Amino acid sequence: MRAPLSWLREYVELPAEVTGRELAERLIQAGLEVETVDQAGADLTGPLVVGEVLAIEELTGFKKPIRYCQVNVGQANGTGEPQNIVCGATNFAVGDHVAVILPGGVLPGGFEIGARKTYGHVSEGMICSVSELGIGEDHSGILVLPRDTPVGADATELFGLRDDVLDIAISPDRGYTLSIRGIAREAATACGVPFRDPADVELPSASGESYPASIADATACDRFVLREVRGFDTAAQTPVWMRVRLHRAGMRPVSLAVDVTNYLMLELGQPLHAFDRSKLNGPIVVRRGEPGETLETLDHVRRELHPEDILITDSSGPISMAGTMGGLATEIDEKSADMVIEAAHFDAIGTARMGRRHRLHSEAAYRFEREVDRELPLYASYRAVRMLAELGGAEVLPGVTHAQEPVTPVTVTMAADHPDRVAGITYGRATVVRRLEQVGCTVTGDDTLTATPPSWRPDLTDPNDLAEEVIRLEGYDKIPSRAPRAGAGLGLTPMQRLRRRVGRAMAGTGYVEVLTFPFTSERDADDLQLEPHESRRRALRLANPMSEDEPLLRTTLLPGMFKAAARNVGRGFGDVALFEMGPVFRPRTDAPDHAPRLRVDRGPTPEEIASVDAALPEQPMRVAAVLTGEREPSGWWGKGRVADWGDAIEAARTVAREAGVELTARADRHAPWHPGRCAALFAGETLVGHAGELHPRVTRAYGLPDRACAMEVDLDRIAGEMPDGVTGPEISTYPVATQDVALTVDAATAAADVESALRDGAGELLESIRLFDVYTGEQAGEGRKSLAYTLRFRAPDRTLTAEETTRMREAAVAAAADRTGAERRT
Amino acid sequence: MSAPNKSFDPVEVTALQPEEVARARDEALAAIAAAGDLDELKRVRLEHAGDRSPLALANREIGALPPAAKADAGKRVGQARRAVSDALKERQAVLEAERDERVLVEESVDVTLSTGRAAYGARHPVTTIAERMADVFVAMGFEVAEGPEVEAEWFNFDALNFIPDHPARTMQDTFFVGSEETGVVLRTHTSPVQIRSLLSRPLPVYVVAPGRTYRTDELDATHAPVFHQLEGLAVDEGLTMADLRGGIDAFVAGMFGEGLKTRFRPSYFPFTEPSGEVDMQCFVCRGTSVERGAPPCRTCRSEGWIELGGCGMVNPRVLVACGIDPDRYSGWAFGLGIERTLMFRHDVRSFHDIVEGDVRFTLPFGTEI
Repeated sequence: MRAPLSWLREYVELPAEVTGRELAERLIQAGLEVETVDQAGADLTGPLVVGEVLAIEELTGFKKPIRYCQVNVGQANGTGEPQNIVCGATNFAVGDHVAVILPGGVLPGGFEIGARKTYGHVSEGMICSVSELGIGEDHSGILVLPRDTPVGADATELFGLRDDVLDIAISPDRGYTLSIRGIAREAATACGVPFRDPADVELPSASGESYPASIADATACDRFVLREVRGFDTAAQTPVWMRVRLHRAGMRPVSLAVDVTNYLMLELGQPLHAFDRSKLNGPIVVRRGEPGETLETLDHVRRELHPEDILITDSSGPISMAGTMGGLATEIDEKSADMVIEAAHFDAIGTARMGRRHRLHSEAAYRFEREVDRELPLYASYRAVRMLAELGGAEVLPGVTHAQEPVTPVTVTMAADHPDRVAGITYGRATVVRRLEQVGCTVTGDDTLTATPPSWRPDLTDPNDLAEEVIRLEGYDKIPSRAPRAGAGLGLTPMQRLRRRVGRAMAGTGYVEVLTFPFTSERDADDLQLEPHESRRRALRLANPMSEDEPLLRTTLLPGMFKAAARNVGRGFGDVALFEMGPVFRPRTDAPDHAPRLRVDRGPTPEEIASVDAALPEQPMRVAAVLTGEREPSGWWGKGRVADWGDAIEAARTVAREAGVELTARADRHAPWHPGRCAALFAGETLVGHAGELHPRVTRAYGLPDRACAMEVDLDRIAGEMPDGVTGPEISTYPVATQDVALTVDAATAAADVESALRDGAGELLESIRLFDVYTGEQAGEGRKSLAYTLRFRAPDRTLTAEETTRMREAAVAAAADRTGAERRT
Repeated sequence: MSAPNKSFDPVEVTALQPEEVARARDEALAAIAAAGDLDELKRVRLEHAGDRSPLALANREIGALPPAAKADAGKRVGQARRAVSDALKERQAVLEAERDERVLVEESVDVTLSTGRAAYGARHPVTTIAERMADVFVAMGFEVAEGPEVEAEWFNFDALNFIPDHPARTMQDTFFVGSEETGVVLRTHTSPVQIRSLLSRPLPVYVVAPGRTYRTDELDATHAPVFHQLEGLAVDEGLTMADLRGGIDAFVAGMFGEGLKTRFRPSYFPFTEPSGEVDMQCFVCRGTSVERGAPPCRTCRSEGWIELGGCGMVNPRVLVACGIDPDRYSGWAFGLGIERTLMFRHDVRSFHDIVEGDVRFTLPFGTEI
């Protein structure tokens, strides 16, 4: 809502020296969100005066029509002689009154005017258009003023060309501030000065009905008022002061009749609609839509109406969508002399739904959605017909149609010290009552107050609403600060601590964290080489995605990370190691098709909560990493080491290690990994994720360097395997006994199986085992590979003898032979 | 080697003559002094202090002397051998020092060569600043609460007193999951965690909830469809706006340093009543940049204040929806945008940098913030 200060001043007795900025400060303290204060016309300096065109000479020989004019500006130029002015506009005639800026003046935007020679004549100033004056967009012609505008008068003063405009963001509970009336009321309270209500006009005593109307659905509308005018002068122009105010408030002038309805909507907050009387057929009924009904609205769109739409109808059918947009057939036009003015109170939710359903947003609907003062229609409609009479020469018909439905008045009861207990300050009953009365409430009672909020404050329904009014008007700055008083907490949960450790460990091993958007697409599923019925293809779809290219919620972290990695590579960083930690979204196959909307007037039962949660997907926490280029950089020391599948598995182990979980790898074929270089990772018997080199088709699809590697693990599953705690180990100080052993196995045998057999066979005195060589050459034999291990033995209570150590080594080899067909290499 | 000859006349033993001992000693000392390197010294040691050296041989003869002469000869030989041994030790030390000096100089390297052999990483500043903020609340006794990102509308809106079709609900441009009819959305704020906490924890409840949130805003310098919020919630007996202010003041002190003022402005949120916006004094200029002639402050744009977030007293209707008696309990809540805080605290200029995953942006933030 844009509110010109001069307009506010009409209804608030602000001291003359108060500026827009000062008022804005006060209003902010009172809870209005003033975003900016525009100082319109601040750079305009005169002389800018009203002139009368005395003579026009059409100049020829130029590319466009040019006029050389003599303009009477009275004594404003100090001589009383006419000014000679060259003008490029042609929309005026001799005798017209115009706005003239004389040499020495500066127009808005810093445009300095001097006497200068142009088109062969000296032009002593300029005749102005509305856009040059900063009061409109139209620059097609100059502004022609009514002929009764006094010649020589200061146009800046006359038309309010210099004004502060407050731009206020209106919060949804304060619909009443979508008007000069509401803002002026707040300004008066904030500054402690009197307020005059623009709606407070004396209505003429009723004399019969106007155009017939009735309300058929009380839930749609509880007040509907019609008044009529006849003989409106269709040639009447909108006065300049009104155009200026409409422009300042952000609306475009259209025609006098439309401008009057808009002007009063801005001033009072009551949307008004004008019908062409001659286009109406039979009595008006306010009702909901009926099947199959359509309406062509003012924007020339034929709309299919919905049974819940709130409609104004006559015997021809729907003629207007209530408080949202009028119908084309009954629209007033340049020939409309007889008009019916509608002012009504429509249901806020009903208009909100209708606007949303038809994607229609209008200034009127915006106000109805935020509640309009129910008591305004009679007054606003009266002011409208009065204005049409005064400015457009119309005749006001004496009758008024007033259909209404009974409404139960709202009262709020609260303890007189409730605001004190909310704020933590003692205001006292007198202050509470005074502030509530300032807001417009009627208050009764002593220790318990009963407040009847004013008609423009339907948002005041609860004791806390009243408390807020008292507290904000007394000033939020008065609220003291009391030190926190929470009891001792338990600190972070094990899972929260784990996530932090994982982040630090990954960063410590060279990975950079990314937080990618969790939006993905079927194309990603294809690019990942997922099988047609793979579970990761089953993703939740957004009804309104940011982009139709990414309408799904991720079921794996990898696509987002691949894109982030490719972006880094594209920007010249080929050696990239990234990680991400975040949830993926896996729909439940047994989920209901919607989450129930529980009631809010009591707490839900555990069953009710479970019924809501059942509609939500599983959202497990994942950790993923992607690597390209060198893991250890090349340098003067020699060649670096290119990241490979092993780094990806190691990244997964880094994550698991933070949970105290050891992962075992098993060969697997799983997209998006290289089928021969992919490990399934297990914590015990639980599959927790995969790691390895990416499939070449995947790296190509995402524009990643060849041989890029990645891992993804489920942190919730890893955490599920977290040991309870570490028992301090006993450290043996007896010497270690080391044995090397080289085995050959079938090339397809997993090294992990050989190692686990060795481990099991070696017995409990085995301290560690390390694979120090893998060899697949000729000497290993056709289709065989050689694995060489160092086994370290140590006893807790004695020095091992050579015989003991050898025996244990042989037992290990025997187990490996038994389980994997390993042969001792000689 | 011959054994001592017991029948030999000791007086005849030349090797034990005082002048002979002295000569052997002086020759040894001269050779030691002349040894130019450790190898030479090793030879000298063998020659003059080894088993076959004159002094060692002389020493062996002492046993054959008559008891009366033994003491005198033993003393003289012993003194001579000690002198030689001391000289050797001394010369050894000198020569070793000389060798070390020479060799270690030869081994010197250019320590200005680059040493960056291990890649280093970093955590995302949104993660670390969220932890930092949460820790300030944890230090006040709060616990960290969490909730799902794909959330039911009942938790995200209804229970928070967002009436269906109320403009407040459309203000938060919501991603709907499946369709607008499923009652499932991407949470538009972290406030549903308030509801989940109040339903699952015993009273009183003091929690802080950091997390990822979603709204259908196009990505630009100051907006993103995916962003993060953090909010604190306290529900207890007798809480007032003074407690709210105290909690926020403690947060500001923990996060931005002590002694910064805060100020409240009335505002509107469906789930708090009364509601407010809170500003804090600029932690860089501490409000001085508004003074005439003062240097401008980029952090607060010389306004002296920085918008921190929204806050208010938990709307009693929210408590009712969670089965809590609003006549007995009251609460406060305070929330802010994590990226926005990151941007003003660390002078980050564009949201693009935060979401793109460019390592050059993230690396300088390290692992803690």
